[in-house]
Amino acid sequence: MKKLLMATATTALLAGAASGEEIKIGIILGFTGPIESLTPQMADGAELAIKEVSDSGKLLGGATVTPVRADSTCIDAGAATAAAERLVTSDGVKGIMGADCSGVTGAILANVAVPNGIVMISPSATSPGLSTAEDNGLFFRTAPSDARQGQVMADIITDRGYKSVALTYTNNDYGKGLADSFKSAYEAAGGKVTISAAHEDGKADYSAEVGALASAGGDLLVVAGYVDQGGSGIVRAALDAGAFDTFEFPDGMISDKLTENFGTEIDGSFGQHPGTDSPGVAKFGEIVGDKFDATSPFTPESYDAAALILLAMQAAGSSDPAAYKDKVMDVANAPGEKIYPGELAKALDILAKGGDIDYVGASAVELIGPGESAGNYREIEIKDGKITTVRYR
Amino acid sequence: MDFLNAIVAIANYVLIPGIAYGSQLALGALGVTMIYGILRFSNFAHGDTMAFGTMVTILFTWWFQSLGISIAPLPTALLALPFGIVFTALLLLGTDRAVYRFYREKRAAPVILVIVSMGVMFIMNGLVRFIIGPDEQRFADGARFLIRARDFKQWTGLSEGLAIRTSQAITVVTAVAVVALLFWFLMRTRTGKSMRAYSDNEDLALLSGINPERVVMYTWLIVAALATIAGVLYGLDKSFKPFTYFQLLLPIFASAVVGGLGNPIGAIAGGFVVAFSEVTITYAWKKVLVYLLPESLEPSGLAQLLSTDYKFAVSFALLIIVLLFKPTGLFKGKTV
Repeated sequence: MKKLLMATATTALLAGAASGEEIKIGIILGFTGPIESLTPQMADGAELAIKEVSDSGKLLGGATVTPVRADSTCIDAGAATAAAERLVTSDGVKGIMGADCSGVTGAILANVAVPNGIVMISPSATSPGLSTAEDNGLFFRTAPSDARQGQVMADIITDRGYKSVALTYTNNDYGKGLADSFKSAYEAAGGKVTISAAHEDGKADYSAEVGALASAGGDLLVVAGYVDQGGSGIVRAALDAGAFDTFEFPDGMISDKLTENFGTEIDGSFGQHPGTDSPGVAKFGEIVGDKFDATSPFTPESYDAAALILLAMQAAGSSDPAAYKDKVMDVANAPGEKIYPGELAKALDILAKGGDIDYVGASAVELIGPGESAGNYREIEIKDGKITTVRYR
Repeated sequence: MDFLNAIVAIANYVLIPGIAYGSQLALGALGVTMIYGILRFSNFAHGDTMAFGTMVTILFTWWFQSLGISIAPLPTALLALPFGIVFTALLLLGTDRAVYRFYREKRAAPVILVIVSMGVMFIMNGLVRFIIGPDEQRFADGARFLIRARDFKQWTGLSEGLAIRTSQAITVVTAVAVVALLFWFLMRTRTGKSMRAYSDNEDLALLSGINPERVVMYTWLIVAALATIAGVLYGLDKSFKPFTYFQLLLPIFASAVVGGLGNPIGAIAGGFVVAFSEVTITYAWKKVLVYLLPESLEPSGLAQLLSTDYKFAVSFALLIIVLLFKPTGLFKGKTV
């Protein structure tokens, strides 16, 4: 038995050496939990970038890259930390694409990534609190902070001429952070928030919450929640009671599930989620084809997050997180040749020759300040029960 | 006009949801109170019995829907309800035979039975999750509304809307019918009388030749029907999720205790007391006050006593207050 094990181990080592280094990248997203309808496409997006790089055979002289999925649950910090710990200690990942929700991302960053020195790039954690988190330069995000989304939301609502709104948010880091940044931006623009009330996810009935919101009044209801959870419950109860007809939906609410749940009942409601009209989106759509839904929220950001990790490795000439963490900002920003989805092989070539790239990717990546996206948003409106694009901001 | 608007706002956000929720609690509390009165223990498994009955009903509803059977505009679940009751009755009789009878024959103290019922609760809990999963299920179909808020505004020209969902109307009608039937059964039929006799004085009842096992069996059958109906109505009106049914245990027990454990009238009154205190204490009265008061007196805040997050705290507080000052409940039940 011992001999057999030895033999297998040796073969594995030899095989590994023959085809270059084998690099594992962790993909930690909430495959179960409140945003479980978004995460499959996000993981597919990240794995697409990983496959593109691995198949090109140009990373670090022919390294193969394999993704390892883990479940962040989106809400359970303990479970997410354990899953990330497993990725690092047992699977030996060299970088983490994730996590998704802000609370668990902060927990993984503090408990796993920083102590182990692993680079983490989140495609969707948007809490403003993460901008100032202690990260030793290891944490980046291809999603903008909600401080920015709050500002964009306030702009959209003011532009449409609404003077007073009621606001409800899901009771966690994401909801609270977004609600606070929106409230301050909107009030600075002269708007009035009649009530800012939290709602708990996973309840059977939200008529009491809606009663309070309706009593406070307002021209429309801002629902900073999750579409698979209380957010939909709030909208359902508000429509049933006739309390509000028009809603504003931030990113957590925008998915096909929303129109599936409510159809034409929410015609005229609007919202925004990170998105861009840069040519990258179209190219991303092309390379994805009909394999999965490339327009699902945070899917382009996930592709970009995974691509950035691998490009930074190439730029540093090493898969060691301590070495490549400093290169992430370099490959993401100007100067250099612009890189769009599907051109990762070209980027690897340029970097191998010591050239410079400016990764644009699917979501027009531009990292600012503490390593977070500057933020482009797609303003949407529900027309005839469908999500339509109004413009990009 | 303002006065009418205020009344409509209260009806829409307080009265109608309160009455529907109160009826659901009352049916649940009736089940708890029946077990307490006749079998003499607090059945903690009641919330999960409701979940089990609802689950069976949902499975039958889906089956009927796939066969294309419907009783539109009424929800198909009403058609599936009898099947849910039958399966729940089988489950409860099975549990009684396998678990409770053993302790009854040993004349175990009520405290032991309470703990036993907690064990049963966890098993049912697991059973339901195993069969249908922990996720939320929606099974309401048919017409959703009797009156839509938007239509109501157009008809009346008021600025406040009034919405009545079909499920709310069905809840109230069914609850009234079930309660009437139950009281007729307890007061008029021979079996009902023997159940009351057994509840009042077990020894005397046994002396007069009442078969205790028969009384116990009828109790479980009635409880199965009450629990399934309460669960299905709650699920139709809100949504079905095993965990929320488990949480329902608290307001249901609060209702039964507030009204007086073992007293059916108390259970109904308790259900409405708990439901209305939850709704009125967490409702923001600003809108109503703005309609009613002259402009100078209008409240600047929300006029909300407690945030809606504290809904369950209201049932807890009521429970404690009643236990402190009137341990037998409003309608003189048995002491807990």
